[in-house]
Amino acid sequence: MKYLDEFRDPKLAQGLVKYIRQRAVVPSTVMEFCGGHTHAILRHGIRQLLSGSVTLLSGPGCPVCVTAAADLDRAIALARVPGLILATFGDMLRVPGSYGSLREAKAEGADVRMVYSTQDALALARDNPNHPVVFLGVGFETTAPTVAASLLQAEREGIPNYYVQSLHKLTPPAMRAILDGGEVALSGIIGPGHVTTIIGSRSWEFLPQEYGIACSVAGFEPLDILRAVALLVDMITEECPSVANAYPRSVTQEGNRAAQEIMDRVFEVGPAEWRGLGILPDSGLGLRAEFQHRDVLCAFPVDVGPSREPPGCRCGDVLRGVLSPTECPLFGGACTPAAPKGPCMVSAEGACAAYFRYGDYSDGK
Amino acid sequence: MCLAVPTLVTSIDGSMARIEVGGVEREISIVLTPEAKVGDYVLIHTGYAIGVLAPEEAEESLRLLRELEEAAELEEARAQAELRHDEVDERGLETT
Repeated sequence: MKYLDEFRDPKLAQGLVKYIRQRAVVPSTVMEFCGGHTHAILRHGIRQLLSGSVTLLSGPGCPVCVTAAADLDRAIALARVPGLILATFGDMLRVPGSYGSLREAKAEGADVRMVYSTQDALALARDNPNHPVVFLGVGFETTAPTVAASLLQAEREGIPNYYVQSLHKLTPPAMRAILDGGEVALSGIIGPGHVTTIIGSRSWEFLPQEYGIACSVAGFEPLDILRAVALLVDMITEECPSVANAYPRSVTQEGNRAAQEIMDRVFEVGPAEWRGLGILPDSGLGLRAEFQHRDVLCAFPVDVGPSREPPGCRCGDVLRGVLSPTECPLFGGACTPAAPKGPCMVSAEGACAAYFRYGDYSDGK
Repeated sequence: MCLAVPTLVTSIDGSMARIEVGGVEREISIVLTPEAKVGDYVLIHTGYAIGVLAPEEAEESLRLLRELEEAAELEEARAQAELRHDEVDERGLETT
């Protein structure tokens, strides 16, 4: 398939691995921010291929994983409102909240529908005019514009029963929080390629400028990731950190202006609670005042009991890169994809799910 | 939510477009990529095109990777030749 197969060429991949091993005179530690990268890295055996030269740590770039328990509890409470339809991406269904999951609520009679797109949620709203339809907005800057666009479409088409619970978050503040936390020593960061398609590679300039850390924005095919690491190794070896665009077929300096404008029209930036990182200022997206009528928590304020993390769950530490999934005492025993204790084992972008699925047990037991 | 797939735009109707990938056709929104044209490849994320792919950049990337692969092969051959040269030197010293 075009734009995929060419970037999976094994011969070119071998060349890149050789290059990296030749150039990485001093071993370095690099964090891949995005859960999608963690999965690709493990699926293609890239961790092992580079071990000894470059250590790869997984970061907090899994929007399902960083959704705070209290926010999920509120979503579940909304789903239980009689007559309300909660539309959500599939990943969120199985994440354990403080008192159960969305899937369990559905089994008990809550109207929870899995959707692939806000387009599907809008269709639900059109087809069910007497029911409030709420889209559970989880995702970073790749997804937020699609939710903003759906809201504007609901305004244009006069669909009054379409609401959003915005749990959208911004990625640069999370990167800052990891670095400010000082728990991991990083020489470089593999930047999220599709988030950056939206926000532009200049959004990462603060990494070399304020932290002296190299950043290489990567796509998701094996050659994309390896090329990004090669560029990082060059910058680290030459002690010349900057932002390198290793995904130029999709990423530009300015990003997607149309998407940015749509996001800006609908959302305003405010504090947000991140699992593992706490409350970060200027890290979340909420609906602007003129769209408050679409904010589901204004229309349906719900009370939830005190939120709590699943006992023994170490997702927070995994998300900050201080614990490898295999080092979690629950990994593979009490916590598996079939019976997950925390979101990192549930999500398609969760580090624990990736380690479990692709069998990388090289760190721990 | 970083998952996005490159797809071919086969037709456009206002802010919606038909795209094709792996032989399957779907309708998606191009409201985030109003500049997309029929024949473009766009990245699809949750039913929306989020970016138009630049073919010349893809070509350039592959060209660079091929160059890098050749350079790495040459370097490996050079390093191996040096090793063999060192081995010969050692053997030479032993026999004299």
